[in-house]
Amino acid sequence: MTMDAGHIFEAKNLSYDYPGGIAALRRTNFTIGTGELVALVGANGSGKSTLLKLLDGLLFPTEGKLLAFGQPLSEKALKDGAFVTEFRRRVGLVFQDPDVQLFSPTVWDEVTFGPLQLGITKDEVVSRGLKVLELLNIVHLRERPPYLLSGGEKKKVSLASVLSVSPQVLLLDEPTTGLDPWSQGNLIDFLLQWADKGKNLVFSTQDLDLVEEIASRVLVLGAEHNIVADGKPEDFLFDPDFLLRTNLIHEHSHRHKELVHRHPHLHEHHHQQ
Amino acid sequence: MKGEGFLTKNISNFTHTLESVILTEDLCHAPGLLQSLDSRVKVVTFVLFIVTVGLARSLAILGTIFVLILIFSFLSKVSLRFFLKRVLLFIPIFTAVIALPALFITPGEPLIAVAGKLIITEQGARTAVLLFLRVVDSLSFGMLLILTTPWTSILVALRWFRIPSLLVDILGMTYRYIFLLLHTANSMFLARRSRTIGTLSSGENRRWLAIALATTMAKSQHLSEEVYLAMLSRGYQGEVRVLNDLRLKRRDFLWVAFALLAAFILLWGNSL
Repeated sequence: MTMDAGHIFEAKNLSYDYPGGIAALRRTNFTIGTGELVALVGANGSGKSTLLKLLDGLLFPTEGKLLAFGQPLSEKALKDGAFVTEFRRRVGLVFQDPDVQLFSPTVWDEVTFGPLQLGITKDEVVSRGLKVLELLNIVHLRERPPYLLSGGEKKKVSLASVLSVSPQVLLLDEPTTGLDPWSQGNLIDFLLQWADKGKNLVFSTQDLDLVEEIASRVLVLGAEHNIVADGKPEDFLFDPDFLLRTNLIHEHSHRHKELVHRHPHLHEHHHQQ
Repeated sequence: MKGEGFLTKNISNFTHTLESVILTEDLCHAPGLLQSLDSRVKVVTFVLFIVTVGLARSLAILGTIFVLILIFSFLSKVSLRFFLKRVLLFIPIFTAVIALPALFITPGEPLIAVAGKLIITEQGARTAVLLFLRVVDSLSFGMLLILTTPWTSILVALRWFRIPSLLVDILGMTYRYIFLLLHTANSMFLARRSRTIGTLSSGENRRWLAIALATTMAKSQHLSEEVYLAMLSRGYQGEVRVLNDLRLKRRDFLWVAFALLAAFILLWGNSL
């Protein structure tokens, strides 16, 4: 099975409904090319996590088509052993909830799980496991069971467990949620370094600072579960009307002595200070 | 408020106790006798010891085995108090089921009458003590294995013994997620407590308990679905492949020889 690397992903009229007909995505069209760093932004429930699961071949469209590396990403295609192995080697997803991602008894079992399932030789598995532990500075956690890790450590181990597969495309669901500012900064630095190697990044977030720091392109999902905007971060991040319309910022009230006034909380203001 | 925190307290205590009993990772890595042995060897020899306990017919043999257990425990840096506390925690559960009835139902010479009509016979007392010691010895072996072996190594050993992969994986995941679900249940009880003023009727309490159980079950089902997707995402295709880098050392062979000899001598004691 050959995979064309022209487009990483191509979505044509992609729709997904959860059981009971609850819409998660509606007639979504986009392509993602090699080396792009794509941020999926949108309000809660707009379909970001669902889209990531579709891109990872964990859910399948109820309507429309999704191609990965030029091949249809369907339930049938993923039953083909050679295709599924090659696809999983190329694409990795870091789940939003680390407790979902960390199912193995120890951190070491976790980082070696992916490469072992994908038929990589044992020596290579050990070498990769050690490398990612060093890369993320978590060698000391190697024998620790996941339930004894802090929130930040769990996030790092989740990332390590996917990086050990050495995917070309890294999908991340809300990567900075639950991290303290220091850990967030570390993660951003790491992702930037990782992206410098010509790899693809597709991440969902509500953190507009993260979008500005990392993304080369933004897909905005609206309340109707479709893509309402697609472009460079600077095209949207400084447009308060658009951000308000898409529920990405909130116009909130401030009290200055006797005066109460309202303005959107926009990170542009911080840059001006 | 009387009884207000009964459920919360019990679930919280249960979680805490379970965690403290099981989470003894530091001890698993202490430089002791049992910690230095291969997990497969430990599982096999401990099963052998437990079988020996089951076959032993005299109090002296069972007493000797318990002394041996205490020596193993000492040589494995497990403090006596810590060890006995954990063993004693489970003993009432097992003895109540097994040993107590034997006191009254075994025919023989009457020893003492309890509450007028219930008679404890000499043979009954002996059988009860025998059963009690068997429970203590067997539990002690099990506890010593858990205290000195990381759970992951036990799972590796089980896989090595060709226990079906599905069963071992389910065991591993149960262990992994039981705490998470217990904490979830705990949080639900705390959240409810923080919103409760006054005393609820027992009917309302039961209704709430049923809802809490159903919610926890729904959450665990959602969690299992998500975990399955996370496994698929990293290449799981029906059977988990694991790194198996176990190697037997000289001391493992010596331990096996010692265990066989000890079991033989102890069982030979039955015929004396």
